[in-house]
Amino acid sequence: MSQKRDWVPWLYLAPALLILGVYLVYPIVGTVYYSFFDKRSEHFVGWANYKWALTSKVMHIAFRNNILWLIFFTVFVVAFGLLLAVLADRVRYESPLKSIIFLPMAISFVGAGVIWKFVYAYRPKGAPQIGLLNAIITALGGEPVGWLVNRSVNNFALIVVGIWVWTGFCMVVLSAAYKGIPRELLEAARVDGANEWQIFRYVTLPLMVPTIAVVTTTMVINVLKVFDIVYVMTNGDFGTEVLANRMYKEMFNFRNYGRASAIAVILLLAIIPVMLINIRRFQEEEALR
Amino acid sequence: MIRRLELSIARVPLHVVLVGMALAWFIPTLGLLISSFRTQDAVLSSGWWTVLRNPFLAGQFTLENYKAVLEAQGMARAFVNSIIITVPATVLPILVAALAAYAFAWMDFPLRRTLFILVVGLLVVPLQMTLIPILRLYNKTRLAGTFPGIWLAHTGYGLPLAVYLLRNFFSEIPRDLFESAFLDGASRWTAFRVIVLPLSVPALASLAIFQFIWVWNDLLVALVYLGGTEKVAPLTVRLSSLVNSLGQNWHLLTAAAFISMALPLVIFFSLQRYFVRGILAGSVKG
Repeated sequence: MSQKRDWVPWLYLAPALLILGVYLVYPIVGTVYYSFFDKRSEHFVGWANYKWALTSKVMHIAFRNNILWLIFFTVFVVAFGLLLAVLADRVRYESPLKSIIFLPMAISFVGAGVIWKFVYAYRPKGAPQIGLLNAIITALGGEPVGWLVNRSVNNFALIVVGIWVWTGFCMVVLSAAYKGIPRELLEAARVDGANEWQIFRYVTLPLMVPTIAVVTTTMVINVLKVFDIVYVMTNGDFGTEVLANRMYKEMFNFRNYGRASAIAVILLLAIIPVMLINIRRFQEEEALR
Repeated sequence: MIRRLELSIARVPLHVVLVGMALAWFIPTLGLLISSFRTQDAVLSSGWWTVLRNPFLAGQFTLENYKAVLEAQGMARAFVNSIIITVPATVLPILVAALAAYAFAWMDFPLRRTLFILVVGLLVVPLQMTLIPILRLYNKTRLAGTFPGIWLAHTGYGLPLAVYLLRNFFSEIPRDLFESAFLDGASRWTAFRVIVLPLSVPALASLAIFQFIWVWNDLLVALVYLGGTEKVAPLTVRLSSLVNSLGQNWHLLTAAAFISMALPLVIFFSLQRYFVRGILAGSVKG
Protein backbone atom coordinates (compact mmCIF):
# COMPACT_ATOMS: atom_id res chain seq x y z
CA MET A 1 0.00 0.00 0.00
CA SER A 2 2.94 2.31 0.46
CA GLN A 3 3.97 4.79 -2.16
CA LYS A 4 6.40 7.64 -2.03
CA ARG A 5 4.99 10.81 -0.48
CA ASP A 6 1.75 9.16 0.40
CA TRP A 7 -0.21 11.88 2.15
CA VAL A 8 -3.48 9.97 2.43
CA PRO A 9 -2.70 8.44 5.88
CA TRP A 10 -2.41 11.95 7.28
CA LEU A 11 -5.98 12.68 6.21
CA TYR A 12 -7.12 9.82 8.42
CA LEU A 13 -4.82 10.84 11.26
CA ALA A 14 -5.32 14.58 11.19
CA PRO A 15 -8.48 14.91 13.32
CA ALA A 16 -7.12 12.59 16.02
CA LEU A 17 -3.67 14.17 16.11
CA LEU A 18 -5.11 17.65 16.22
CA ILE A 19 -7.44 16.82 19.11
CA LEU A 20 -4.75 14.89 21.02
CA GLY A 21 -2.40 17.81 20.57
CA VAL A 22 -4.88 20.37 21.83
CA TYR A 23 -6.45 18.36 24.67
CA LEU A 24 -3.52 16.32 25.97
CA VAL A 25 -0.08 17.30 24.71
CA TYR A 26 -0.38 21.08 24.90
CA PRO A 27 -2.03 21.07 28.37
CA ILE A 28 0.67 18.79 29.82
CA VAL A 29 3.32 21.30 28.78
CA GLY A 30 1.11 24.16 29.96
CA THR A 31 0.48 22.67 33.38
CA VAL A 32 4.18 22.01 33.99
CA TYR A 33 4.85 25.64 32.96
CA TYR A 34 2.13 27.11 35.19
CA SER A 35 3.37 25.09 38.15
CA PHE A 36 6.41 27.39 38.30
CA PHE A 37 4.31 30.57 38.34
CA ASP A 38 2.20 32.36 40.93
CA LYS A 39 -1.56 31.96 41.40
CA ARG A 40 -2.46 34.01 38.31
CA SER A 41 0.48 32.73 36.29
CA GLU A 42 2.00 36.21 36.10
CA HIS A 43 5.25 35.93 38.04
CA PHE A 44 7.83 33.17 38.00
CA VAL A 45 8.15 31.66 41.48
CA GLY A 46 10.61 28.83 40.94
CA TRP A 47 9.95 25.80 43.11
CA ALA A 48 7.70 27.66 45.57
CA ASN A 49 4.52 25.77 44.61
CA TYR A 50 6.28 22.44 44.96
CA LYS A 51 7.76 23.51 48.26
CA TRP A 52 4.25 24.33 49.44
CA ALA A 53 2.95 21.03 48.09
CA LEU A 54 5.55 19.04 49.96
CA THR A 55 5.62 20.95 53.24
CA SER A 56 2.18 22.43 54.02
CA LYS A 57 -0.09 20.78 56.58
CA VAL A 58 -3.09 20.39 54.23
CA MET A 59 -0.93 18.65 51.67
CA HIS A 60 0.54 16.34 54.29
CA ILE A 61 -2.98 15.24 55.16
CA ALA A 62 -3.75 14.75 51.47
CA PHE A 63 -0.59 12.70 50.92
CA ARG A 64 -1.30 10.61 54.01
CA ASN A 65 -4.83 9.90 52.84
CA ASN A 66 -3.74 9.05 49.31
CA ILE A 67 -1.35 6.54 50.83
CA LEU A 68 -4.15 5.12 53.02
CA TRP A 69 -6.29 4.80 49.89
CA LEU A 70 -3.41 3.31 47.94
CA ILE A 71 -2.80 0.58 50.50
CA PHE A 72 -6.24 -0.31 51.81
CA PHE A 73 -8.25 0.22 48.65
CA THR A 74 -5.81 -1.68 46.44
CA VAL A 75 -5.29 -4.60 48.82
CA PHE A 76 -9.00 -5.09 49.44
CA VAL A 77 -10.29 -4.74 45.88
CA VAL A 78 -7.70 -7.18 44.59
CA ALA A 79 -8.18 -9.62 47.49
CA PHE A 80 -11.98 -9.52 47.26
CA GLY A 81 -11.81 -9.80 43.50
CA LEU A 82 -9.58 -12.84 43.75
CA LEU A 83 -11.70 -14.44 46.47
CA LEU A 84 -14.87 -14.00 44.43
CA ALA A 85 -13.22 -15.17 41.21
CA VAL A 86 -12.06 -18.42 42.80
CA LEU A 87 -15.09 -19.14 45.01
CA ALA A 88 -17.92 -18.12 42.69
CA ASP A 89 -16.71 -20.71 40.21
CA ARG A 90 -17.86 -23.42 42.64
CA VAL A 91 -21.52 -22.49 43.05
CA ARG A 92 -24.55 -22.69 40.81
CA TYR A 93 -25.57 -19.07 41.40
CA GLU A 94 -22.29 -17.78 39.99
CA SER A 95 -23.82 -15.57 37.33
CA PRO A 96 -26.40 -13.66 39.45
CA LEU A 97 -23.76 -13.31 42.17
CA LYS A 98 -21.31 -11.73 39.74
CA SER A 99 -24.01 -9.41 38.41
CA ILE A 100 -24.70 -8.11 41.90
CA ILE A 101 -21.03 -7.50 42.64
CA PHE A 102 -20.42 -5.87 39.25
CA LEU A 103 -23.53 -3.68 39.38
CA PRO A 104 -21.91 -0.69 41.16
CA MET A 105 -19.62 -0.25 38.12
CA ALA A 106 -22.68 1.06 36.28
CA ILE A 107 -23.36 3.69 38.91
CA SER A 108 -21.57 7.04 39.03
CA PHE A 109 -19.31 7.77 41.98
CA VAL A 110 -21.69 10.59 42.82
CA GLY A 111 -24.56 8.09 42.98
CA ALA A 112 -22.43 5.69 45.01
CA GLY A 113 -21.60 8.59 47.32
CA VAL A 114 -25.30 9.25 47.98
CA ILE A 115 -26.01 5.54 48.52
CA TRP A 116 -23.28 5.28 51.13
CA LYS A 117 -23.90 8.62 52.76
CA PHE A 118 -27.33 7.19 53.54
CA VAL A 119 -25.84 3.95 54.87
CA TYR A 120 -23.59 6.06 57.12
CA ALA A 121 -26.35 8.47 58.22
CA TYR A 122 -25.92 9.47 61.85
CA ARG A 123 -28.48 10.44 64.50
CA PRO A 124 -27.66 11.22 68.12
CA LYS A 125 -28.12 8.42 70.62
CA GLY A 126 -31.77 7.74 71.39
CA ALA A 127 -33.18 9.05 68.08
CA PRO A 128 -34.23 6.38 65.58
CA GLN A 129 -31.25 5.53 63.41
CA ILE A 130 -32.15 5.72 59.72
CA GLY A 131 -28.67 4.82 58.50
CA LEU A 132 -28.23 1.07 58.18
CA LEU A 133 -24.82 0.88 59.81
CA ASN A 134 -25.68 2.87 62.92
CA ALA A 135 -28.98 0.97 63.20
CA ILE A 136 -27.05 -2.30 63.32
CA ILE A 137 -24.58 -0.93 65.85
CA THR A 138 -27.25 0.47 68.16
CA ALA A 139 -29.31 -2.71 67.85
CA LEU A 140 -26.26 -4.59 69.11
CA GLY A 141 -26.07 -2.18 72.04
CA GLY A 142 -23.33 0.13 70.74
CA GLU A 143 -23.16 3.89 70.41
CA PRO A 144 -23.92 5.49 67.03
CA VAL A 145 -20.80 6.60 65.13
CA GLY A 146 -20.43 9.71 62.97
CA TRP A 147 -18.80 7.70 60.20
CA LEU A 148 -17.94 10.64 57.98
CA VAL A 149 -16.86 13.11 60.68
CA ASN A 150 -15.07 10.89 63.18
CA ARG A 151 -11.41 11.22 62.23
CA SER A 152 -10.43 7.73 63.29
CA VAL A 153 -12.86 6.04 60.89
CA ASN A 154 -13.91 8.50 58.18
CA ASN A 155 -11.13 7.77 55.71
CA PHE A 156 -11.89 4.09 55.94
CA ALA A 157 -15.60 4.82 55.50
CA LEU A 158 -14.75 6.52 52.20
CA ILE A 159 -12.36 3.76 51.14
CA VAL A 160 -15.14 1.21 51.68
CA VAL A 161 -17.20 3.04 49.04
CA GLY A 162 -14.33 2.79 46.58
CA ILE A 163 -13.95 -0.91 47.33
CA TRP A 164 -17.68 -1.42 46.87
CA VAL A 165 -17.51 0.16 43.41
CA TRP A 166 -14.34 -1.48 42.06
CA THR A 167 -14.39 -5.04 43.46
CA GLY A 168 -16.67 -6.15 40.63
CA PHE A 169 -14.15 -5.00 38.07
CA CYS A 170 -11.29 -6.92 39.70
CA MET A 171 -13.51 -9.96 40.09
CA VAL A 172 -14.40 -10.08 36.39
CA VAL A 173 -10.82 -9.73 35.16
CA LEU A 174 -9.45 -12.24 37.67
CA SER A 175 -12.31 -14.63 37.04
CA ALA A 176 -11.49 -14.70 33.32
CA ALA A 177 -7.89 -15.58 34.22
CA TYR A 178 -9.02 -18.24 36.68
CA LYS A 179 -11.26 -19.89 34.13
CA GLY A 180 -8.31 -19.95 31.75
CA ILE A 181 -6.38 -22.30 34.02
CA PRO A 182 -6.67 -25.83 32.60
CA ARG A 183 -9.02 -27.87 34.83
CA GLU A 184 -6.79 -30.95 34.50
CA LEU A 185 -4.06 -29.11 36.35
CA LEU A 186 -6.30 -28.54 39.37
CA GLU A 187 -7.67 -32.08 39.18
CA ALA A 188 -4.19 -33.54 39.06
CA ALA A 189 -3.27 -31.67 42.23
CA ARG A 190 -6.47 -32.92 43.89
CA VAL A 191 -5.66 -36.51 42.92
CA ASP A 192 -2.21 -36.05 44.41
CA GLY A 193 -3.92 -35.28 47.71
CA ALA A 194 -3.46 -31.51 47.85
CA ASN A 195 -6.16 -29.70 49.81
CA GLU A 196 -8.03 -26.71 48.38
CA TRP A 197 -5.78 -24.18 50.11
CA GLN A 198 -2.62 -25.87 48.82
CA ILE A 199 -4.05 -25.98 45.31
CA PHE A 200 -4.82 -22.27 45.52
CA ARG A 201 -1.44 -21.39 47.00
CA TYR A 202 0.80 -23.51 44.80
CA VAL A 203 -1.10 -23.92 41.53
CA THR A 204 -3.76 -21.23 41.05
CA LEU A 205 -2.00 -18.24 42.54
CA PRO A 206 1.32 -18.56 40.65
CA LEU A 207 -0.58 -18.93 37.37
CA MET A 208 -2.61 -15.81 38.09
CA VAL A 209 0.27 -13.54 39.09
CA PRO A 210 0.50 -11.75 35.70
CA THR A 211 -3.22 -10.89 35.76
CA ILE A 212 -3.08 -9.86 39.40
CA ALA A 213 -0.21 -7.52 38.48
CA VAL A 214 -2.23 -5.90 35.67
CA VAL A 215 -5.31 -5.47 37.87
CA THR A 216 -3.23 -4.04 40.68
CA THR A 217 -1.58 -1.48 38.39
CA THR A 218 -4.96 -0.42 37.05
CA MET A 219 -6.28 0.04 40.57
CA VAL A 220 -3.21 2.04 41.60
CA ILE A 221 -3.72 4.43 38.68
CA ASN A 222 -7.36 4.78 39.69
CA VAL A 223 -6.77 5.36 43.33
CA LEU A 224 -4.09 8.02 42.88
CA LYS A 225 -6.69 10.21 41.18
CA VAL A 226 -9.56 9.47 43.57
CA PHE A 227 -11.82 12.53 43.53
CA ASP A 228 -15.57 12.10 43.12
CA ILE A 229 -16.22 10.01 46.24
CA VAL A 230 -14.36 12.43 48.49
CA TYR A 231 -15.80 15.52 46.80
CA VAL A 232 -19.38 14.33 47.23
CA MET A 233 -19.22 12.71 50.66
CA THR A 234 -16.97 15.00 52.74
CA ASN A 235 -15.35 17.47 50.33
CA GLY A 236 -12.12 16.68 52.10
CA ASP A 237 -13.30 18.01 55.47
CA PHE A 238 -12.54 16.37 58.83
CA GLY A 239 -9.15 15.13 57.70
CA THR A 240 -10.29 13.30 54.55
CA GLU A 241 -8.56 15.48 51.96
CA VAL A 242 -6.92 13.78 48.95
CA LEU A 243 -4.64 15.18 46.25
CA ALA A 244 -7.18 15.41 43.43
CA ASN A 245 -9.79 17.10 45.62
CA ARG A 246 -7.16 19.52 46.92
CA MET A 247 -6.20 20.35 43.36
CA TYR A 248 -9.83 21.12 42.55
CA LYS A 249 -10.09 23.37 45.61
CA GLU A 250 -6.88 25.25 44.76
CA MET A 251 -8.21 25.72 41.25
CA PHE A 252 -11.78 26.84 41.94
CA ASN A 253 -12.05 27.92 45.57
CA PHE A 254 -8.70 29.66 45.91
CA ARG A 255 -8.03 30.45 42.24
CA ASN A 256 -4.41 29.42 42.74
CA TYR A 257 -3.40 27.95 39.40
CA GLY A 258 0.23 27.64 40.41
CA ARG A 259 -0.43 25.35 43.35
CA ALA A 260 -3.14 23.42 41.51
CA SER A 261 -0.72 22.80 38.64
CA ALA A 262 2.00 21.62 41.01
CA ILE A 263 -0.41 19.04 42.49
CA ALA A 264 -1.32 17.84 39.01
CA VAL A 265 2.35 17.45 38.09
CA ILE A 266 2.93 15.43 41.27
CA LEU A 267 0.07 13.12 40.25
CA LEU A 268 1.59 12.73 36.80
CA LEU A 269 5.02 11.94 38.26
CA ALA A 270 3.44 9.24 40.40
CA ILE A 271 1.86 7.70 37.31
CA ILE A 272 4.89 7.95 34.98
CA PRO A 273 6.37 4.58 36.06
CA VAL A 274 3.10 2.92 35.02
CA MET A 275 3.23 4.79 31.73
CA LEU A 276 6.73 3.49 31.04
CA ILE A 277 5.70 -0.06 31.96
CA ASN A 278 2.77 0.22 29.53
CA ILE A 279 5.02 1.43 26.73
CA ARG A 280 7.53 -1.35 27.36
CA ARG A 281 4.80 -3.97 27.44
CA PHE A 282 3.44 -2.60 24.18
CA GLN A 283 6.86 -2.79 22.53
CA GLU A 284 7.30 -6.38 23.69
CA GLU A 285 3.90 -7.30 22.29
CA GLU A 286 4.74 -5.63 19.00
CA ALA A 287 8.01 -7.55 18.77
CA LEU A 288 5.97 -10.77 18.93
CA ARG A 289 3.60 -9.77 16.17
CA MET B 1 -25.86 -40.52 51.51
CA ILE B 2 -23.89 -39.53 54.60
CA ARG B 3 -20.87 -38.74 52.47
CA ARG B 4 -23.04 -36.42 50.44
CA LEU B 5 -24.35 -34.70 53.55
CA GLU B 6 -20.79 -34.24 54.79
CA LEU B 7 -19.84 -32.67 51.48
CA SER B 8 -22.69 -30.19 51.63
CA ILE B 9 -21.89 -29.31 55.24
CA ALA B 10 -18.30 -28.69 54.23
CA ARG B 11 -19.63 -26.26 51.65
CA VAL B 12 -21.61 -24.19 54.16
CA PRO B 13 -18.78 -21.69 54.82
CA LEU B 14 -18.43 -21.17 51.07
CA HIS B 15 -22.10 -20.23 50.76
CA VAL B 16 -21.94 -18.04 53.85
CA VAL B 17 -19.07 -16.03 52.39
CA LEU B 18 -20.59 -15.66 48.95
CA VAL B 19 -24.16 -14.91 50.01
CA GLY B 20 -22.83 -12.57 52.69
CA MET B 21 -20.86 -10.60 50.12
CA ALA B 22 -23.78 -10.51 47.71
CA LEU B 23 -25.99 -9.07 50.45
CA ALA B 24 -23.37 -6.53 51.50
CA TRP B 25 -23.09 -5.38 47.89
CA PHE B 26 -26.80 -5.32 47.18
CA ILE B 27 -28.38 -3.95 50.35
CA PRO B 28 -27.05 -0.35 50.14
CA THR B 29 -28.64 0.09 46.70
CA LEU B 30 -31.84 -1.56 47.84
CA GLY B 31 -32.06 0.89 50.74
CA LEU B 32 -31.71 3.78 48.33
CA LEU B 33 -34.40 2.44 46.02
CA ILE B 34 -36.91 1.76 48.81
CA SER B 35 -36.32 5.12 50.50
CA SER B 36 -36.89 6.97 47.26
CA PHE B 37 -40.51 5.73 47.30
CA ARG B 38 -41.22 6.59 50.96
CA THR B 39 -42.68 9.79 52.34
CA GLN B 40 -40.48 12.33 54.09
CA ASP B 41 -42.03 11.54 57.47
CA ALA B 42 -41.48 7.82 57.03
CA VAL B 43 -37.88 8.20 55.88
CA LEU B 44 -36.98 10.43 58.81
CA SER B 45 -38.81 8.48 61.51
CA SER B 46 -37.87 4.89 60.73
CA GLY B 47 -35.23 2.92 58.88
CA TRP B 48 -36.09 1.83 55.32
CA TRP B 49 -35.78 -1.84 56.33
CA THR B 50 -38.89 -1.54 58.50
CA VAL B 51 -40.82 -1.56 55.22
CA LEU B 52 -39.80 -5.19 54.73
CA ARG B 53 -42.08 -6.24 57.60
CA ASN B 54 -45.13 -5.20 55.60
CA PRO B 55 -43.88 -4.80 52.06
CA PHE B 56 -47.36 -4.79 50.53
CA LEU B 57 -49.00 -2.36 52.89
CA ALA B 58 -50.89 0.00 50.61
CA GLY B 59 -50.29 3.71 50.86
CA GLN B 60 -46.79 3.63 52.31
CA PHE B 61 -45.16 4.25 48.94
CA THR B 62 -45.34 7.42 46.93
CA LEU B 63 -44.10 8.85 43.64
CA GLU B 64 -44.12 12.38 45.01
CA ASN B 65 -40.34 12.39 45.63
CA TYR B 66 -39.65 11.71 41.98
CA LYS B 67 -42.11 14.38 40.91
CA ALA B 68 -40.48 16.84 43.28
CA VAL B 69 -36.88 16.25 42.20
CA LEU B 70 -37.70 16.09 38.50
CA GLU B 71 -39.56 19.39 38.54
CA ALA B 72 -38.58 21.54 41.51
CA GLN B 73 -34.98 20.31 41.81
CA GLY B 74 -34.19 20.39 38.11
CA MET B 75 -33.38 16.71 37.64
CA ALA B 76 -35.52 16.51 34.49
CA ARG B 77 -33.49 19.30 32.91
CA ALA B 78 -30.29 17.62 34.11
CA PHE B 79 -31.36 14.32 32.56
CA VAL B 80 -31.87 16.02 29.20
CA ASN B 81 -28.49 17.76 29.58
CA SER B 82 -26.82 14.42 30.32
CA ILE B 83 -28.25 12.99 27.09
CA ILE B 84 -27.22 16.07 25.10
CA ILE B 85 -23.70 15.79 26.50
CA THR B 86 -23.26 12.03 26.34
CA VAL B 87 -24.47 11.08 22.88
CA PRO B 88 -22.11 13.31 20.83
CA ALA B 89 -19.33 12.73 23.38
CA THR B 90 -19.66 9.02 22.62
CA VAL B 91 -20.01 9.13 18.84
CA LEU B 92 -17.36 11.77 18.13
CA PRO B 93 -14.33 10.14 19.77
CA ILE B 94 -15.11 6.74 18.30
CA LEU B 95 -15.47 8.20 14.83
CA VAL B 96 -12.22 10.17 15.02
CA ALA B 97 -10.44 7.22 16.64
CA ALA B 98 -11.63 4.73 14.02
CA LEU B 99 -10.10 6.81 11.23
CA ALA B 100 -6.76 7.14 13.02
CA ALA B 101 -6.75 3.50 14.11
CA TYR B 102 -7.26 2.43 10.50
CA ALA B 103 -4.21 4.45 9.47
CA PHE B 104 -2.14 3.03 12.34
CA ALA B 105 -3.19 -0.53 11.54
CA TRP B 106 -3.05 -0.62 7.73
CA MET B 107 -1.11 2.30 6.30
CA ASP B 108 2.54 3.19 6.08
CA PHE B 109 3.73 6.62 7.03
CA PRO B 110 6.77 8.11 8.69
CA LEU B 111 6.71 8.20 12.51
CA ARG B 112 3.95 5.61 12.61
CA ARG B 113 5.51 3.76 15.51
CA THR B 114 6.54 6.86 17.43
CA LEU B 115 3.11 8.40 17.16
CA PHE B 116 1.46 5.22 18.34
CA ILE B 117 3.80 4.98 21.33
CA LEU B 118 2.74 8.53 22.12
CA VAL B 119 -0.88 7.35 22.14
CA VAL B 120 0.02 4.47 24.49
CA GLY B 121 1.80 6.94 26.76
CA LEU B 122 -1.17 9.31 26.81
CA LEU B 123 -3.48 6.48 27.94
CA VAL B 124 -2.72 6.99 31.61
CA VAL B 125 -2.14 10.76 31.79
CA PRO B 126 -4.29 12.02 34.67
CA LEU B 127 -7.08 14.34 33.57
CA GLN B 128 -5.89 16.75 36.22
CA MET B 129 -2.87 17.56 34.07
CA THR B 130 -5.08 19.08 31.40
CA LEU B 131 -7.73 21.02 33.31
CA ILE B 132 -6.10 24.42 33.80
CA PRO B 133 -4.70 25.05 30.30
CA ILE B 134 -7.93 23.85 28.66
CA LEU B 135 -10.07 25.93 30.97
CA ARG B 136 -7.97 28.99 30.11
CA LEU B 137 -8.34 28.21 26.43
CA TYR B 138 -12.09 27.78 26.89
CA ASN B 139 -12.45 31.05 28.72
CA LYS B 140 -10.67 32.82 25.87
CA THR B 141 -12.66 31.12 23.11
CA ARG B 142 -15.96 31.20 25.03
CA LEU B 143 -16.26 27.42 24.94
CA ALA B 144 -16.52 27.26 28.75
CA GLY B 145 -20.05 26.41 29.83
CA THR B 146 -21.09 25.20 26.37
CA PHE B 147 -22.02 21.75 25.09
CA PRO B 148 -19.54 21.79 22.17
CA GLY B 149 -16.80 22.56 24.68
CA ILE B 150 -17.53 19.46 26.72
CA TRP B 151 -18.09 17.28 23.63
CA LEU B 152 -14.61 18.15 22.41
CA ALA B 153 -13.06 17.70 25.84
CA HIS B 154 -14.52 14.21 26.21
CA THR B 155 -13.40 13.44 22.67
CA GLY B 156 -9.85 14.38 23.59
CA TYR B 157 -9.88 12.37 26.81
CA GLY B 158 -11.49 9.34 25.17
CA LEU B 159 -9.23 9.26 22.12
CA PRO B 160 -6.06 7.51 23.36
CA LEU B 161 -7.99 4.51 24.59
CA ALA B 162 -10.27 4.37 21.56
CA VAL B 163 -7.36 4.64 19.10
CA TYR B 164 -5.37 2.04 21.05
CA LEU B 165 -8.17 -0.53 21.24
CA LEU B 166 -9.44 -0.06 17.71
CA ARG B 167 -5.97 -0.19 16.19
CA ASN B 168 -5.34 -3.51 17.97
CA PHE B 169 -8.70 -4.80 16.80
CA PHE B 170 -8.34 -3.58 13.21
CA SER B 171 -4.90 -5.10 12.81
CA GLU B 172 -6.36 -8.55 13.53
CA ILE B 173 -8.40 -8.37 10.32
CA PRO B 174 -6.89 -10.82 7.77
CA ARG B 175 -4.65 -9.13 5.21
CA ASP B 176 -6.19 -11.15 2.34
CA LEU B 177 -9.45 -9.28 2.70
CA PHE B 178 -7.71 -6.00 1.96
CA GLU B 179 -5.57 -7.40 -0.82
CA SER B 180 -8.51 -8.80 -2.74
CA ALA B 181 -10.45 -5.60 -2.24
CA PHE B 182 -7.59 -3.50 -3.59
CA LEU B 183 -7.20 -5.90 -6.54
CA ASP B 184 -10.85 -5.21 -7.30
CA GLY B 185 -9.93 -1.56 -7.41
CA ALA B 186 -11.31 -0.51 -4.04
CA SER B 187 -9.91 2.65 -2.49
CA ARG B 188 -8.69 2.75 1.07
CA TRP B 189 -11.82 4.63 2.03
CA THR B 190 -13.99 1.90 0.48
CA ALA B 191 -12.02 -0.78 2.31
CA PHE B 192 -12.60 1.11 5.54
CA ARG B 193 -16.33 1.30 4.98
CA VAL B 194 -16.87 -2.17 3.54
CA ILE B 195 -14.34 -4.28 5.44
CA VAL B 196 -13.13 -2.59 8.59
CA LEU B 197 -16.29 -1.07 10.03
CA PRO B 198 -18.67 -4.03 9.50
CA LEU B 199 -16.14 -6.50 10.93
CA SER B 200 -15.57 -4.33 14.01
CA VAL B 201 -19.14 -3.93 15.20
CA PRO B 202 -18.58 -5.86 18.47
CA ALA B 203 -15.46 -3.82 19.33
CA LEU B 204 -17.18 -0.57 18.41
CA ALA B 205 -20.21 -1.50 20.52
CA SER B 206 -18.13 -2.34 23.59
CA LEU B 207 -16.16 0.85 23.21
CA ALA B 208 -19.33 2.90 22.74
CA ILE B 209 -20.85 1.47 25.90
CA PHE B 210 -17.70 2.18 27.89
CA GLN B 211 -17.47 5.75 26.62
CA PHE B 212 -21.19 6.32 27.18
CA ILE B 213 -21.04 5.15 30.80
CA TRP B 214 -17.81 7.05 31.40
CA VAL B 215 -19.25 10.32 30.14
CA TRP B 216 -22.64 9.80 31.76
CA ASN B 217 -21.02 9.16 35.14
CA ASP B 218 -18.33 11.82 34.82
CA LEU B 219 -18.33 14.54 37.43
CA LEU B 220 -14.94 16.25 37.19
CA VAL B 221 -14.92 17.21 33.51
CA ALA B 222 -18.46 18.57 33.65
CA LEU B 223 -17.78 20.43 36.87
CA VAL B 224 -14.71 22.15 35.44
CA TYR B 225 -15.84 23.02 31.91
CA LEU B 226 -19.59 23.43 32.36
CA GLY B 227 -19.84 24.74 35.91
CA GLY B 228 -22.92 24.37 38.03
CA THR B 229 -25.45 26.43 36.04
CA GLU B 230 -28.69 24.50 35.81
CA LYS B 231 -29.08 25.23 32.13
CA VAL B 232 -26.17 22.99 31.16
CA ALA B 233 -25.36 20.86 34.25
CA PRO B 234 -25.65 17.09 33.79
CA LEU B 235 -27.10 14.70 36.38
CA THR B 236 -23.86 14.11 38.26
CA VAL B 237 -23.21 17.82 38.77
CA ARG B 238 -26.81 18.50 39.73
CA LEU B 239 -26.90 15.55 42.13
CA SER B 240 -23.67 16.57 43.82
CA SER B 241 -25.01 20.07 44.41
CA LEU B 242 -28.26 18.61 45.77
CA VAL B 243 -26.19 16.61 48.27
CA ASN B 244 -25.14 19.97 49.70
CA SER B 245 -28.42 21.87 49.38
CA LEU B 246 -30.85 19.12 50.43
CA GLY B 247 -28.78 17.90 53.39
CA GLN B 248 -30.97 15.50 55.36
CA ASN B 249 -33.88 15.39 52.87
CA TRP B 250 -33.14 11.76 52.16
CA HIS B 251 -36.49 11.12 50.49
CA LEU B 252 -35.48 13.59 47.75
CA LEU B 253 -31.78 12.74 47.57
CA THR B 254 -32.47 9.04 47.14
CA ALA B 255 -34.94 9.71 44.34
CA ALA B 256 -32.50 12.08 42.61
CA ALA B 257 -29.69 9.55 42.92
CA PHE B 258 -31.84 6.83 41.45
CA ILE B 259 -32.76 9.01 38.48
CA SER B 260 -29.05 9.51 37.78
CA MET B 261 -28.48 5.75 37.77
CA ALA B 262 -31.53 4.65 35.85
CA LEU B 263 -30.10 4.74 32.34
CA PRO B 264 -26.75 3.05 33.13
CA LEU B 265 -28.67 0.35 35.00
CA VAL B 266 -30.92 -0.26 32.00
CA ILE B 267 -27.83 -0.59 29.81
CA PHE B 268 -26.20 -2.85 32.38
CA PHE B 269 -29.13 -5.26 32.52
CA SER B 270 -29.97 -5.26 28.81
CA LEU B 271 -26.46 -5.35 27.35
CA GLN B 272 -24.54 -6.98 30.16
CA ARG B 273 -22.08 -8.84 27.97
CA TYR B 274 -21.06 -5.75 25.96
CA PHE B 275 -21.13 -3.71 29.11
CA VAL B 276 -18.66 -5.97 30.89
CA ARG B 277 -16.44 -6.18 27.82
CA GLY B 278 -16.49 -2.42 27.43
CA ILE B 279 -15.62 -1.73 31.05
CA LEU B 280 -12.80 -4.26 30.91
CA ALA B 281 -11.39 -2.81 27.73
CA GLY B 282 -11.58 0.69 29.10
CA SER B 283 -10.02 -0.04 32.43
CA VAL B 284 -6.68 1.66 31.86
CA LYS B 285 -8.11 5.07 31.05
CA GLY B 286 -6.59 8.15 32.66
